[in-house]
Amino acid sequence: MTATIQHEALRKAIQRKRIQDRFFHITFLSATFVSTISLIVIYVTLGLESFNFFAHVSIVEFLTSTKWTVLFADKNFGVLPLLNATVMTSLIAIAVAGPLGVMIALFLSEYVSSTTRSVVKPVVETLAGIPTVVYGYFALYFITPNLLRTLWTNIQIHNALAVGLMIGILIIPIVASISDDAMKAVPADLRLAAYAVGSRKSDVALRVVFPAALSGVSASIILAFARAMGETMIAAIAGGFRSVLTFNIGEAMETMTAYIAQVATGDAPHGTIEYQSLFAVGLFLLLITAVLNYIGIKVVKRWAIRY
Amino acid sequence: MGDQILAQYSRRMRFRKILDKVLPLILSVAVFIAVATVFSVLFTTIMTGWHRLSLNLILNYPSANPNEAGMRSAILGSIYTVGLSALICIPLSIATAIYLVEYSRGGRLASILSYNISNLAGVPSVIFGVVGLGFLAYWLGMGRTIITGAFTLAILILPLVTVTCVEALKTIPDDLRLGAYALGATTFQVVRRVVLPRALPMMLTGGILGISRALGEAAPILIVSGLLFIRDDPTSLFSRFTVIPLQLFNWVSRPQPAFIELSSAGIIVLLIILFALNGLTIALRQVLARRAEWA
Repeated sequence: MTATIQHEALRKAIQRKRIQDRFFHITFLSATFVSTISLIVIYVTLGLESFNFFAHVSIVEFLTSTKWTVLFADKNFGVLPLLNATVMTSLIAIAVAGPLGVMIALFLSEYVSSTTRSVVKPVVETLAGIPTVVYGYFALYFITPNLLRTLWTNIQIHNALAVGLMIGILIIPIVASISDDAMKAVPADLRLAAYAVGSRKSDVALRVVFPAALSGVSASIILAFARAMGETMIAAIAGGFRSVLTFNIGEAMETMTAYIAQVATGDAPHGTIEYQSLFAVGLFLLLITAVLNYIGIKVVKRWAIRY
Repeated sequence: MGDQILAQYSRRMRFRKILDKVLPLILSVAVFIAVATVFSVLFTTIMTGWHRLSLNLILNYPSANPNEAGMRSAILGSIYTVGLSALICIPLSIATAIYLVEYSRGGRLASILSYNISNLAGVPSVIFGVVGLGFLAYWLGMGRTIITGAFTLAILILPLVTVTCVEALKTIPDDLRLGAYALGATTFQVVRRVVLPRALPMMLTGGILGISRALGEAAPILIVSGLLFIRDDPTSLFSRFTVIPLQLFNWVSRPQPAFIELSSAGIIVLLIILFALNGLTIALRQVLARRAEWA
């Protein structure tokens, strides 16, 4: 008699635990959907507001006109000046961060002890942790007047070069840490085989590890480029809000992100064409960075399978 | 002929020998440049701003007079916005990580969902601001308020915090899980009694990492909130607001040297907060290491 009651109680307790487990399973699963839903919301919001924008502006004009004067009375809607500024500053950034990041990765993975590594790596990563407002301020008040002005006397106070240099510093950790992972993933056998045929350490580093890690290194550069294109505050502070198509990196330029910031600092009432242009430029930027990230992640995956 | 090849060979060997000596030096120059940049940014900021450091900076409202101007409203705005965003983001991240590591065990749905987390991580931060403005502030009618800013930042740091939480769960050895399952535990019991207590310190590290990221973000908040001059404390979650990096952006954009000094002082305050948070994660990591010794 008591045995059946106990049995019954136990069965109920187990039942309860099962229901509890099912409940939390569903709760956790719904939490996991938040990122995906956010991503959908991002694309839908940008898409629908851009749709409003492109009801007034032809896509052909947007992509081919060389004038962007949305905030003026006489409006032109050519995104090329903004795109040009974004690409120019990002290329300068990669010219800085690519070589430096790869060199740091090679140094950390091949030359230093694990103790030195554990000291140097966090310091390098600090570069990505400093708020970007600080970099913008540093570019405008120290890099341009103290460094660039002495070398290039008639460079403008706001210029693309200083912006690119500071973004380059900011993305060094991205290049360095992904490249470092790729180099660490090169099997020790390859290094030992190279030493066995009489290689020096520099041969191993430059002719074995670097080529073997090349796809990881290129992925790091693509991903860093995408990050550089999305950087806002440095371009807004040190780049000057001047949307003119120019290839002179000593002049003020306005990146896509800086334009978005400029609209936000000014007055763009809800529903106006200025307001809608935020979303069109945002969508354009997002699509470019999404493609770059896609390629980057694909390249990383390919290298990961190889060993 | 043979001599020529030999000479060529020895020349090449000499070059290789020199390269072998010089390469680590060249590479360490790159490290030096990176480290020197960190220090020169810190040094110039401190030299420019330290004499402007005062209680006024923390207690006063913004003002047109640089001797009185402070960032009280920005500090409060940052605490409200970032604090709320952490409250939204950290539970979500932990739940997501638990689903991905403990429940899904690598199904197709899970791989799509986690792929989207890495996609979300690749979205430029300014885009979060644009969508926060368009979707939360106008479509949902939340206005350009603290709560809109908090949700925007929460989604911005969600991938970063989630990835750390996933890493935290992956460090727990499978033996512990299997032991509990062998005793008939449900997945939730395993999570609550076995996995979560051990992974929580590292998850909190991820949370703090997210908080520091959110504290430094100016771009999304600039879009959501605009560049405001706020001279009173936030009264509710539906107050208009500004944050520390935005106040700095405001000061940096002014031509008077006094405001440049003021922004340097503000940067010092922000960096002190960030370093303190960083120190907290290191302390947490040590607690974690000690725990690992017991286990």
